[in-house]
Amino acid sequence: MIGPVAVIISAALSLAWSGIATAASLTDAPPGALSCSGCHASAASVETPVPRLAGQDADAIVAALQAFRAGQKPATVMDRIAKGFSDEEIKAIAAWYAAQKD
Amino acid sequence: MAHASRRHFLRSGAAAGALLSVPAFAQGSGRVVVIGGGFAGATCARFVKRLNAKLAVTLVETSRTFTACPFSNEVIVGLRDLKAQQFGYDKFAAGSGVTIAFATANAVDAQKRTVTLDNGTQLDYDRLIVAPGTDLRWDALPGYTETSAERMPHAWKAGPQTQLLRSQLEAMADGGTVLISAPANPFRCPPGPYERASLIAYYLKAKKPKSKIIVLDAKDAFSKQSLFQNAWKELYPNLEWVGLSKGGKVNSVDVGEMTLVTDFERYKGDVVNVIPPQKAGRIADLARVTNNTGWCPINPETFESTLQPYIHVIGDATIAGAMPKSAFTANAQAKVCAAAAVKLLAGEKPDEPLLINTCYSLVAPDYGISVANVYRRKDGVLVDAGGGVSPLNVSASFRAQEAAFANGWFRTITAEVFG
Repeated sequence: MIGPVAVIISAALSLAWSGIATAASLTDAPPGALSCSGCHASAASVETPVPRLAGQDADAIVAALQAFRAGQKPATVMDRIAKGFSDEEIKAIAAWYAAQKD
Repeated sequence: MAHASRRHFLRSGAAAGALLSVPAFAQGSGRVVVIGGGFAGATCARFVKRLNAKLAVTLVETSRTFTACPFSNEVIVGLRDLKAQQFGYDKFAAGSGVTIAFATANAVDAQKRTVTLDNGTQLDYDRLIVAPGTDLRWDALPGYTETSAERMPHAWKAGPQTQLLRSQLEAMADGGTVLISAPANPFRCPPGPYERASLIAYYLKAKKPKSKIIVLDAKDAFSKQSLFQNAWKELYPNLEWVGLSKGGKVNSVDVGEMTLVTDFERYKGDVVNVIPPQKAGRIADLARVTNNTGWCPINPETFESTLQPYIHVIGDATIAGAMPKSAFTANAQAKVCAAAAVKLLAGEKPDEPLLINTCYSLVAPDYGISVANVYRRKDGVLVDAGGGVSPLNVSASFRAQEAAFANGWFRTITAEVFG
């Protein structure tokens, strides 16, 4: 029974490490990510109807972008923008914003 | 300025028999100078410093107050105060870690890698980022000079010209004619003349309903054209657009007669707004990063000039493939350029560029339309990789939502750039 436990611990550790490695450092921003803050405010103090991305759940960001791209989620502009990104790019950008501290 | 000259470092290094190839930034230091404190330059300076705090970053800017062009068309028709367009650099100075030199750059020596300011200061750089915006071409439209602009404002640089056009519209009697001359591509803010025409038509409809507005255009196609023209048909019967093939190109200007002259006709106006042809800002010429088009060719991976090494160009001054000259573009390019410059200074390979532009226009205060695209590099140029304009047949609430997003965008981007 030691094996699976070790695997779980090791997986947890590697998750923790990958969390540290991608802890939303600006230098780690994946291609395209920094463009988003033109509309999605970095600062909480900005008055805008556009949601902030920092600290949001990565899976939720990915699901939203994929739904926008497929025309399955109502949008004014994100349906158009989402068309320009691949699944891999969306996942990388979502993970980076999710790892940002609010 | 208390910078140790890199050339001095190299000279003393050579004298001591040290390795010439060891750059000053090998220890993580290095000097970045950014010329121009607008949406492109101020963003870039901030992000270079955020990406590598060890870099010494200096922003050179002539004016102590930045007056933003986006939303200045609302100022022209009295929907907004010019003060809402103005941003100082106090918060930027306090929060960015960037040194600001309030001065005008008068010379760039690409060999010695120096910038000379009008106050005599010389700045050494390892990477120079030029973000000069646009200059109006006073040689391009016969009769239209800087003096003429006092009677026929361009209002294409926000500030006193914006106020002048506003006061002329306010003073115009009901039944008057407003003329706009729109230039051929490329120019700053491609949908700008049509947003302006829309908002002026909105103002006239409400305040001076016997008046009319005519747009004389040096081209047949323009940004968000179907969206604008559909809205005009619906909302503004007193707005007339004359394209190139219908004789819309203004060939000369008669300021005394308040008249615009085309191939076929002379148009006399009570208020005449001339948006003249443009080129990259003056310092781009002095840095020799413009080509014979008057604009600046760049490598889209790094925004480094293809004409001068170690000099990057961002924003309206660039030839950036399919990317339009907008504030959003300038801000997005600035971030790609900042990341690339920081990597180049560290001897690393820059990332593949991936950029967004989103550009809103107001047809009326609660009627917004947009163009939004993603750009990536293909065969050495930035190409449209997906996106498009707002849909044609949607509800008033959809347009109102886009207008609300436009306002939110302005607050967001100006907060990011100026603090």
